[in-house]
Amino acid sequence: MSEDNKPTSGVPPAEDDPTSPTALGAPVQGAKALEAASGKPAAAVTETATAPPVTLPDPKEIETWNEQVRRRMRQKTRRSFLGFGAAALVGFGAFEWLMSRREIDDVPWPIRKTLEVNEQLARDFFSTGRTAPRPSETRLGNRINGDLGLGSDFDPSKWQLQVSGLAAQDEPLALGIDAIKKLPRVEMTTEFKCIEGWSIIVQWAGARFTDFMQAYPPTTQSGDDFSLDHPEDLLPYVAMSTPDDAYYVGLEVESLLHPQTLLCYEQNHQPLTLEHGAPLRLVIPVKYGVKNIKRVGTIRYTNVRPADYWAEQGYDWYVGL
Amino acid sequence: MKEKHRLAIRWFHWVNFPLLALMIWSGLWIYWANDVYRIGLGRLTLFKFFPQGFYSAFGLKQHLAEGMAWHFYFMWFFVVNGILYVTYTVVSGEWRYLVPNRQSFREAMLVTLHDLGLSKGKLPQRKFNGAQQIAYTSSIILMGFGSVVTGLAIYKPIQVAWLDALLGGYQAARFEHFLLAMGYVLFFVIHVAQVIRAGWNNFRSMVSGYESVSLEKGPHE
Repeated sequence: MSEDNKPTSGVPPAEDDPTSPTALGAPVQGAKALEAASGKPAAAVTETATAPPVTLPDPKEIETWNEQVRRRMRQKTRRSFLGFGAAALVGFGAFEWLMSRREIDDVPWPIRKTLEVNEQLARDFFSTGRTAPRPSETRLGNRINGDLGLGSDFDPSKWQLQVSGLAAQDEPLALGIDAIKKLPRVEMTTEFKCIEGWSIIVQWAGARFTDFMQAYPPTTQSGDDFSLDHPEDLLPYVAMSTPDDAYYVGLEVESLLHPQTLLCYEQNHQPLTLEHGAPLRLVIPVKYGVKNIKRVGTIRYTNVRPADYWAEQGYDWYVGL
Repeated sequence: MKEKHRLAIRWFHWVNFPLLALMIWSGLWIYWANDVYRIGLGRLTLFKFFPQGFYSAFGLKQHLAEGMAWHFYFMWFFVVNGILYVTYTVVSGEWRYLVPNRQSFREAMLVTLHDLGLSKGKLPQRKFNGAQQIAYTSSIILMGFGSVVTGLAIYKPIQVAWLDALLGGYQAARFEHFLLAMGYVLFFVIHVAQVIRAGWNNFRSMVSGYESVSLEKGPHE
């Protein structure tokens, strides 16, 4: 911190500094300088420097003037260093206070609350009409990253997608992969962005999440039939997890209404591999990779903000792009 | 005794310093998670950003979540301070001292030669010389603006996809954001060196607002 560099505030520094050029040539000029010190614009000083010379006065008188200027300077310096020193202490205090606050999911609450404010601002600005650019397929990437929830005791042939929170259905609905593949097939190429900072271009194929919603309508707040024309009537959140519940994400429903949010079964023109989340994974370009959950086992519409694996580790819950 | 820096300017300066430091520090925590930049050609790497020793010495590893949380908290203070500063300089007329004009670039050359000890010419004696005008305007205003713009492009690349396109893409924006951060570090090193050269009277004026002036010799001794 800069404030560390500041000398102790009480010492009058002008005296320590032999080069401090406060010596004045003439009493008239000295008087002008004093005026300037008391708030007159600096121009007054420079003008006097070129003014015609006045008869040399008594050196004692000059010294009196100079001493007055030095005293005022010392006073100003002392006051301002004390002021800025106090401000630096307040700054340190505020920082210490911030860092010692009770933590919510590994983040001091004032910072966590700010992340939530950022989220609200971003959600206000968010529009399903703004889509991710579609880069050309010439530089398709393939990077395996993260195996949470992808335990080896998994039989893809027995996999079923459990969906809860559907309209007129109390028990979760179990769907096979064919149910997803029956939906209109959508292909897209997008830049997949990892929260770590890297990104790769990936080609995907799967079903649009809104088509999935149309086919298996979720329950609504009002009890009316599901309609994409009334997104505000949907339950506000969706929770997804791997079959073993080892990895789970929470999403606000509007990002699932985005036209590029897909339930994918193909990647780079090949069937999804196990390490990329076969048989079915979520691809949601409006979020960092962490929300693009692999091997989706359950989908649940909910009123309660769902737990999120990485948000519990100190990350932002929203991570919207 | 002459008023040099107004109180508001001094506050903006000293508030900005710790804020920018926190932004760079948390930015390094974020950058560490994908530290791909280097100076080199092909397979030859002259310098890697950053060597392992650097990360270890400053404890910069394994702080991505924390770095992002800090970065997206302190960004508000940094932006607000920047907006207040620019607004103040415009409204108060201080911008006249800061914005370079046609002579600034020629003058900047002279100042650079002088400071490197290659020229003994007399330097312009006013609040900010041409080199300072260019350095302060470009660094404080343009770099600050650039950091906010490139930062937004990395932060919300889908919502402001047009901005990412303008900056050359998502990864280009990330690189530009990093370059600007390195630019601040470079600016800081030169700035501190120049402040030390200029001496106590000058440093004091950035705290108290006043410098002492010899009427015969002018403000810079």
